[in-house]
Amino acid sequence: MSEWRFWFAAQKGTLLAFGIFVAMFILYTSNHPAGFTANVVQTASNKGVLLAFVAMAQTLVVITAGIDLSVGMIFLLTNCLASWLVVGGPVETTLGVIAVLFVGVLCGALNGAIVIYGRLQPIVATIATGAVYFGIALLLRPFPGGSVNEDLADALTGRIFGVVPASLVTLLATVLIIWVPFSRSVYGRAAYAAGSSEVAAYMSGVPIKRGKFLAYTLAGLLASIGGLFLTFFTYTGEAAYASGNAYTLFSIAAVVLGGVSLFGGRGSVIGAIFGAFAFRTIGDLLFVFDLDPLWQPLFQGVVLLLAVSLGAFALFRVKNRLEWFG
Amino acid sequence: MDTAPGETPLLQMEGISKRYGGVRALEDADLVVHAGRIHAILGENGAGKSTLIKVMSGVVAPDQGRIVLDGREVTFDSPAAANRAGVVCIFQELSLIPELSVADNIVISDPPKKFGMIDRKAQRRIAVEALARAGASDIHPSALVKDLPLSRRQMVEIAKALARKPRILILDEATSALTAADVSKVFEVLKRLREEGLALLYISHRMHEIAELADDCTVFRNGRKIATYKAGTKSDTEVIELMIGREYQNVFPPKSTTSSSAKPILECRGLSWTDRLTDINFAVRPGEVIGLGGLDGQGQRELLLALFGVLRGCSGEVVIDGKPVRLGSPAQASSGEIGMALIPEDRKTEGLMLPMSVRENLAFAAMDKVSKHGIIDRVAEDRLLDEMVKLLAIKTAGLDIPVGALSGGNQQKVVIAKWLMRHPRIILLNDPTRGIDVGTKQEIYQLLRRLADAGAAIVFYSTDYDELIGCCDRVLVLYDGAIKRELAGDEITEHALIASALNIDVAQAEKMARAHP
Repeated sequence: MSEWRFWFAAQKGTLLAFGIFVAMFILYTSNHPAGFTANVVQTASNKGVLLAFVAMAQTLVVITAGIDLSVGMIFLLTNCLASWLVVGGPVETTLGVIAVLFVGVLCGALNGAIVIYGRLQPIVATIATGAVYFGIALLLRPFPGGSVNEDLADALTGRIFGVVPASLVTLLATVLIIWVPFSRSVYGRAAYAAGSSEVAAYMSGVPIKRGKFLAYTLAGLLASIGGLFLTFFTYTGEAAYASGNAYTLFSIAAVVLGGVSLFGGRGSVIGAIFGAFAFRTIGDLLFVFDLDPLWQPLFQGVVLLLAVSLGAFALFRVKNRLEWFG
Repeated sequence: MDTAPGETPLLQMEGISKRYGGVRALEDADLVVHAGRIHAILGENGAGKSTLIKVMSGVVAPDQGRIVLDGREVTFDSPAAANRAGVVCIFQELSLIPELSVADNIVISDPPKKFGMIDRKAQRRIAVEALARAGASDIHPSALVKDLPLSRRQMVEIAKALARKPRILILDEATSALTAADVSKVFEVLKRLREEGLALLYISHRMHEIAELADDCTVFRNGRKIATYKAGTKSDTEVIELMIGREYQNVFPPKSTTSSSAKPILECRGLSWTDRLTDINFAVRPGEVIGLGGLDGQGQRELLLALFGVLRGCSGEVVIDGKPVRLGSPAQASSGEIGMALIPEDRKTEGLMLPMSVRENLAFAAMDKVSKHGIIDRVAEDRLLDEMVKLLAIKTAGLDIPVGALSGGNQQKVVIAKWLMRHPRIILLNDPTRGIDVGTKQEIYQLLRRLADAGAAIVFYSTDYDELIGCCDRVLVLYDGAIKRELAGDEITEHALIASALNIDVAQAEKMARAHP
C-alpha cells in the first residue's frame, strides 16, 4: 500500500493538472451548444496539441533547471520550413517531414551546446538563439504563404474511426516514443539529477552534460513536431512574431500548471500536456459563456495565478527563512 | 583475511600539496592505506583532512604529489574516475539528489540497464540489497530523499557507497548525523567490510568511535601529516597533544580585567528550534565577548540565526535590555531599537554583493544615515565611508572598485564595516576569520575587543580553538544543539575545549588539563 503513497506524492503535480483540465473541460462541453461530441473534442484537441508539444519541449529544459525562450521560435521556423518542404508525393513529403524534424533537432542541439559547453545562462542564450531562429523564419516566409500536403494534413488533424482525434493519437505516440524512453534512460535521470542538485550529481559521477544536452536537443525536436502540426492546421507558413512569443510564454505557464518545478528536478511531460490543455480550455470557456474575447488574457492570468498559489503553500511550513530564497 | 601492514599497500599518497589561493590546505602530505584495515584520520578543524580525502576521491586535483594504487601511479580527474578505480567516498556534505527517490540515488552512478533504459526492477533489487547491507532496511526505496530526515539520508549515503562495490571506502564524518542505534549498526557493517578485505578510511572527531574501530591512525595538523601509529598504542592525551602540537602565538589583545556587573543586554531563555537547538540559556553583558565552541555543525550557526530573526517557530524567550522581544526578521533585529548585527559565515553569498562597488556595499547598510527624504547626500556618504575604510584599514584602490576584486581578508573587513556603520550594540559573528590571512585576523581580534570595551556585547562562533581562547571572556560549548559546558576565564584551555566539544567526561578532561598545563 505504501507504494501507492509514494507514487501519489510523485504524481501530485500531474494529477492536479489533470484535475484542473477535467473540471474545465466538463464545464466547457456542458455549456457548449453542441455538447460533448466528437467534433467538439476534435477541435479542442487540435488547438490543444500545438501548445502541448511546445510545453513538452519546455518541460525537458525546465527539468534541468534551465529555461528555453526559443521554443516558440523553433515552432515558427519549422512551420515556415514545412510550408516549403512538406509538399508533393509521398516520398517528397516524407523527406520533407524528416528535414523539418532534423532542423528542430539542430536548433535544440545548438541551444544545448551554447548553454552547456559555452556556459551561458539558458535565459540569455535562448533569447539570442530564438531571435536567430525567428530571423531565419522571416527569410523563409517574408509573407504568409506556402502549402502543405493536404492529404497528410487532413489525416493528422482528422479523426480515426470517426471518433478519436488523430492529433491526440500523435501526441500519445510522441510521449511513448520520445518521453518514456528519455525519462527512463540514464540521460533522463541525469537531466533530473542536474536540475535537482548539480553539485551532488557531479559528485556522484552522473553524466550531467550529456543528459542536459539531450534534454535541449529533444526539446528542439518536440517544438518542431508542434511546428509541423501548425502547418497541418493552417496549410501555410507564417513568421508571426507575436504568436511565437505567445507560445513561448504560454509553454512556461502550461509547465507551471502541470506541476513542473521551475527550480528543476521535478515534474513530467504528462503534467505539462494537461497544463497546456487546461490553459487552452480556459480561453475557450469565455467563448461558450459568450464573454468578450478581450477578457481572455486577463482570465487566463488569474487562473494561472491561482494554480501557482496552490503550489506556494509549502512556503508556510518553512522553518528557516533563508530557505525562502531557495 | 588479516593483512599485515608489511605487505604491499593498496593505496599510497606521496608528497601531496594543495593550496587554495593563499591558504595552504595540504603540504607534502603522505598516507599509506592497507587492504583489510580501518585507518582513522585525526586532526582539528582545518588540519587538511577534508582536502586529503577530496584529492584521493578525485574531487580536487593536487598541485603536487602522486597517488599509487596497486603499485601503479594513477590520476583521478573526476569523482567518477576514482569510483571506477574502486575509491568511493561518503562525504560530509551529502551527495544525494533531493528530488530523486532513494533507489534512484543508490544506483545513480551506474544504473542497471535493459534495452538501453534503466531497469527499474533490477534497480529496486540493488537498492533493497544495499540498504540491507547498510543495516537500513527500514528505509523505503521509493521514498524521495528530500523527505527523509538527516540521519536516514546519511544511511542512504552509506548504502549508495556500498552499491558501488568499493575497494577503498572513505567515511568523512559519516556518523556525525546518526543516532546512537544507527552508529552501532554502521560499525557492524564496517567491521564486516574489513573482513571482506576492503580498506576503510575513517574520519571522525569522536575519539571513542576511533578507539572502537580503528586499526591504524594518522594525525594531521596544519596540512601536514604528523604521525601514523597503530591504534591503541597512544593515550587520548597523547593523541590530543599530537593534534594541537603548536605553540600559541601571541596575537590576541588583552582581555578586559574587570568583570562587568552591568545588566545583560541580551538574554536567551530556554531557546529551542526543531531538533537542532535545545533549551539554550545564556546572558551577555555590555563589554563581554562570548564564544561559541564545539565541533562544526552542533547548532552554533542556528543559534546565531535564531537570535537574528531568521528561524521560524523558535520556542523560548529572547530578552533584550530586560524586555522579552519577538524577533521576526533580520530587518527588525538590526533596527535601531535592538541594534543587532550578524557577520555571516559565507561572505560571498550572505554578506556581500561581489560585483558591486565597495561604496554600494557599504552604503546599503547606512542608507538612512546619509539620505534625506530618499535622496542620498554624496558628500555625507563619502565622509562616512572614508571614515570606515580608515577605521578598519581596508586596503582598496578606491570606493568605486568592485568588492570582488579585494582579497578575502579585506572583503571580510567590508562586511564588518557594513554592519559597524549602523552602530550595533549586539554583534553576532559566525566564524568570521575562516579562510583569511593571519594579519587581518589579528586586526579583527583587536577590533572586536575595542568594540567590546566601547560597550558592545559580542557573541562569536569560531571553529578555531585558539581564537576562542584568545578572544573570549566566556565560551559556551555546544554539542548536539545544547550547551554542554560553559568555560570562563582560565578554564578556557584547548584541552577543556576539545574535551567538552567531543563530549568526553569532564573530570577526565580536567585531569588531562592538569597533567599537561
